[in-house]
Amino acid sequence: MSFSRETDDTMLVRLAGNWKIGSCLPSLSKLAKEIKPGAGIKCITFDTKGLTGWDSVLLTYLIKIIDQCTQSKIQAEKEGLPQGVQRLLALAYAVPERIGARREYVRTPFLEHTGQAALDFWRSTLEMLDFIGDAFTAFIRLLLGKAQFRRSEFFLIIQECGARAFPIVSLISVLVGLIFAFVGAIQLKMFGAQIYVADLVGIAMVRVMGAVMTGIIMAGRTGAAFAAQLGTMQVNEEIDALKTMGISPMEFLVLPRMLALMLMMPLLCLYADLMGILGGLLVAVSMLDVNIMEYYVETRSAVTLTYLWIGLFHSVVFGVLVALAGCLRGIQCGRSASAVGEAATSAVVTGIVSIVVATGIITFLCEVLGI
Amino acid sequence: MNQEKPHIAVQNLTMAFGTFVVQRDLTFTINRGDIFIIMGGSGCGKSTLLRHMVGLQIPAQGRVLYEGRSFWDAGPEEQEGLKRHFGILYQSGALWSSMTLAENVSLPLEEYTDLTRDQIRELVSLKLSLVGLAGFEEYYPSEISGGMKKRAGLARAMALDPDILFFDEPSAGLDPISAHLLDELILELRDSLGATVVIVTHELASIFAIGNNSVFLDTETKRMIAAGDPKKLLAGSQDPKIRNFLTRGEANGKNEYRISNDK
Repeated sequence: MSFSRETDDTMLVRLAGNWKIGSCLPSLSKLAKEIKPGAGIKCITFDTKGLTGWDSVLLTYLIKIIDQCTQSKIQAEKEGLPQGVQRLLALAYAVPERIGARREYVRTPFLEHTGQAALDFWRSTLEMLDFIGDAFTAFIRLLLGKAQFRRSEFFLIIQECGARAFPIVSLISVLVGLIFAFVGAIQLKMFGAQIYVADLVGIAMVRVMGAVMTGIIMAGRTGAAFAAQLGTMQVNEEIDALKTMGISPMEFLVLPRMLALMLMMPLLCLYADLMGILGGLLVAVSMLDVNIMEYYVETRSAVTLTYLWIGLFHSVVFGVLVALAGCLRGIQCGRSASAVGEAATSAVVTGIVSIVVATGIITFLCEVLGI
Repeated sequence: MNQEKPHIAVQNLTMAFGTFVVQRDLTFTINRGDIFIIMGGSGCGKSTLLRHMVGLQIPAQGRVLYEGRSFWDAGPEEQEGLKRHFGILYQSGALWSSMTLAENVSLPLEEYTDLTRDQIRELVSLKLSLVGLAGFEEYYPSEISGGMKKRAGLARAMALDPDILFFDEPSAGLDPISAHLLDELILELRDSLGATVVIVTHELASIFAIGNNSVFLDTETKRMIAAGDPKKLLAGSQDPKIRNFLTRGEANGKNEYRISNDK
């Protein structure tokens, strides 16, 4: 590129060579200095005889020049440019920028940020309470025999969150039992009290860990699936279609999912307890020279029915929490693909956090009640 | 004005998301048997208006009256009663993906009627054959094409022989022939069911072919700037925005933005 003054108030800009993406472009600063206001130039013209090729790069370059010209009230004569470039420039300037359409990045002050976050938190808490209330009334309606959902779908959900979860629950619980036994064995061996590994594993698994582990597995597996299902239904307007048809999404979608998890979680938890104890047995028999019968008898004497009930109570609570978290996030989902992803993530986080908090509360209550 | 009460009346409706106003002071009436078109440029709030009319979004201000009864002032029971007379075809069809077409169409029937299983099955077959989907009862929505989904959605919308049919962009994404067939079907339904039809669309061909009443929403002023028969609007309106819209931007003589192919 070169430029020269043709007459006193006219500047000629010569463009030559290849102006394409990837080619080396000359700097604009020199020309910009020339077309500053007060330089005495009234008009700028272009000569593109030497131009061999061009694409959008040339256009952005020209737009910069023209904008600069408009600012300094210089007229830009586009006649010298290739036909295509002229038309594209005309197109680019055809619809003026809508006033107020461009978004400015505004730095929000720290306090405003904090306040906004607090308000958001308050709003989401209200939404959550609202949702829990709705779910509760739907549950009451179910007990009164008024709620309605499709049986076939209910059984599909039961199958999905019950039987299909067996493999992963088996694997995780055996491993958790194994780990408990290992950690305990190292300490207990010092006193020659290896047999108490059975007590340790049995009580821990049955009283709380079986339920917590299944809860976490289900939060990751089923809670996320619920959120994604309902979220996609929200995106597809399927939930709107239900509402306008006078069918409550709470009864039709949330209730069967909650019920399915409430029924399946205790069963899965029982199974997890058994698997965990088996894991402990493996370590005890293979490393600590404990007899299988011995282990069995010790476990039976250590694990009381009270512990089992406490464990099952945990699991029912977790079932409700995981289902509620999944469905809540799914129903709250926005109307885009990324919103579905966020809903699934947030369902898992909400599920796991509420499981841990609930475990704390239940443990504390058991302590107070002395069980 | 004719003597009978308008079927639907929208009065001073203002729609907003939080503090962001979409449209303000919308007032228009729709008579029984009208094919009413809601038109306007993209993003002007056409679908939002539809959502307000069918009870999915609460108006910031104003009322929507059905035969003189205000939807949003009614109790939940009365709202359900009004909704029972709606049939809605959503933009994407919104078929319930975990159910077959037959189950999709039969759900509203199971919900609102005491028909036996056999009667419902017959009705479902009838509705599906009306939209040209006979034999597809046991297909899932994911197994059929976009145009078929729309038609299945229509079958579901008219499952309960509704008084008012709402369509959200019925011909978007359809080829010209299917779109034309859909228009014919809408006319046919209006004539045979005696239903009122409300359509959100910007398909000019459909607007002129079937519409006999309309409202035009403007994005910039956030108000309705015209109402009435679209054909009369085309003939009589002086507003450049409306003329531009109804003639695909060719009303102002030349179309300088068009990129020609000549070199």
